[in-house]
Amino acid sequence: MRGLQRGGKSLEFKDAGSQEGPLLVVEDLHTSFRTSRGTVRAVDGVSFEVHEGKTLGIVGESGSGKTVLSRSIMGLLPPRDVIRSGTVRFAGHELTAMDDTELRQVWGAELSMIFQDPMTALNPVKRIGVQIAESLKLHLGMDKQEATSTAIELLRSVGIPSPQERVRWYPFQLSGGMRQRVMIAIALACAPRLVMADEPTTGLDVTVQAQILDLLADLQQERHMAVILVTHDLGVVASRADDIIVMYAGRVVERAPTRTLFHDTKMPYTRALMDSIPRLADPSGARLDAIAGRPPDLINPPAGCRFAPRCPYAQDKCRESEPPLRTVGSPDHLFACWFPLVDGKSTVPAVPVSLSASQNGASGATTEGDA
Amino acid sequence: MPDDRDLLDTQSSDGMLANRIPMTAATDEAILDMQSPAVDPDGEPLKRKPFGVLFWFAVGFISIVVLSAVLANLLPLQNPDFGNYSSLNQAPSGAHLLGTDDLGRDLLARLVFGARVSLIVGFVGVLIGLVFGGTAGLVSGYRGGRLDIALNAVSFIILAFPAIVAVIAIVTFWGASLVHITIILGVATIPLMYRVIRASSLSFAQRDFVIAAKTMGATNTRIVLREILPNVIPVMVTFSLITVAGLIVIEGTLAFLGLSVPLPTPSWGNMINEGTANNALSTDPWIMLWPALFMFLLLWSINLIGDRLRQRFDIREGVL
Repeated sequence: MRGLQRGGKSLEFKDAGSQEGPLLVVEDLHTSFRTSRGTVRAVDGVSFEVHEGKTLGIVGESGSGKTVLSRSIMGLLPPRDVIRSGTVRFAGHELTAMDDTELRQVWGAELSMIFQDPMTALNPVKRIGVQIAESLKLHLGMDKQEATSTAIELLRSVGIPSPQERVRWYPFQLSGGMRQRVMIAIALACAPRLVMADEPTTGLDVTVQAQILDLLADLQQERHMAVILVTHDLGVVASRADDIIVMYAGRVVERAPTRTLFHDTKMPYTRALMDSIPRLADPSGARLDAIAGRPPDLINPPAGCRFAPRCPYAQDKCRESEPPLRTVGSPDHLFACWFPLVDGKSTVPAVPVSLSASQNGASGATTEGDA
Repeated sequence: MPDDRDLLDTQSSDGMLANRIPMTAATDEAILDMQSPAVDPDGEPLKRKPFGVLFWFAVGFISIVVLSAVLANLLPLQNPDFGNYSSLNQAPSGAHLLGTDDLGRDLLARLVFGARVSLIVGFVGVLIGLVFGGTAGLVSGYRGGRLDIALNAVSFIILAFPAIVAVIAIVTFWGASLVHITIILGVATIPLMYRVIRASSLSFAQRDFVIAAKTMGATNTRIVLREILPNVIPVMVTFSLITVAGLIVIEGTLAFLGLSVPLPTPSWGNMINEGTANNALSTDPWIMLWPALFMFLLLWSINLIGDRLRQRFDIREGVL
């Protein structure tokens, strides 16, 4: 009975959602964590939109705030010592204003999540069929039999061979790739309109990565879902995202349609990320261009452009005032840089970044944070 | 300067090596089978390591003790409280299979009825601990925060109180009866259960699969019962069995000190006590031997079963 009620409620939600405009609107989202050292501003004023059926790639290195961003959108933050402000509007509903009871009707049914590590995201002591069936019963009000047969269909659709048998298997009996397929089946069970995939292939080896991403893309096409693909690997989103957001130190530093981003990179950080991807065309023995230094301390970020301490083109202006997100020419290509690249080349001379200088900057910030 | 234009094209057309390898369901299945050693190519689970003779002996022994304690009134036993003064301190014989004590009571009958006390105190006491301590531990480990801090503090206060002093005080105050002893020892196990189950629950509370269940719309109650509890059960069962054994020993100790069920009601503990009185240990050792031997075998059986079950529950680590 409870399941039916919930099913009814979530359907109601589906109808009530405004069908016009983007599916997800994030406006000026801030998420900070209070720690003993000070406030960590993990997400610092992020805005973007995702349209129905489209794919958005969120790219950034470790510590850039991309995972916190995805959890902030979902509303999956720890209950204490977190400050979140800004707007997350999903299908016309304000997610930030919802309490847990309301969110539970959206989670899984309308908005679901695929986790990074399929080894830990499945309950080790429950059969995979049961784990898939749970949300079907909860949101769609299916009975046990119906849910099980739907679970088998879902397993088949994610490419698991002989699903009638495997539905009774435990996660430990499956390989990593298979488990991630099961995770996808769980996330897609109730036909959500938006799926957040947080590094969905990081825990898998390269051959399986491509299969999983292709599977996700196929299912997305079939079901007309929007996908947010969070990754540290520009290569992963290059062929799969419609738009890409590049994050650095909790901020969006560049945002553009995928093709534009690759053909007309404006921000030196994006450029540096691209240069750090190994390329088949490189001669053997070629060294990868790593980005010197580490991301800044988010308790006390550097004044001016946050990438300046690591940027080979940084000028005095970069270190003094923070560049706003702006456009030049094309309105949907935004970037935050005082001296954007033109045709992939900087207009100012490059100064080699010394690692010690950037580390000094970081440790200086730490000391101030402690005081 | 490498050209970025080729990055996009490379990735989309033929960049990733994987795209060139035709990955079919058959290949997947091969990979699947290679990576799951618990499963043979036909998909049948492999036979698990057998429990062994000792395990089944232990199960058999416990079953006999439990069954005879439950059915004691139906069994052709003599009255455990009837003292036959013409047959004191008899050695085992046809009339008295295990002999008689210094009041001429049949030791077999006393042993069987005495088992009731040990089993009730052990299992009911642990049940009390599980219901209260287990529930509190599950919630405390999952929720964390102030509730956790408060429950933690309470558990430490109970643990810090010397249990034997509490038992002596309460027994003196309320009188010794099976109900009182069971409740007291049950309450004493609550903080132990709480701590063990809380620790286990805590270790699962932040796992991805719990967050994943949350993102699928599961309520907190559902997460505790359906996601965390199944993972905690192995620890629960193992620890409960060990605690049952512990409580039986404690009841025996209390009975030995004359603080458990009042005489003439037999319990293994007071039987041992009687077996040591009046130098009986040197003249008629079986009076003490039987309850001591049965208590030893019962505790050994419970601990062995607990240990084997723990090994069986560890199957996931075993195959990975």
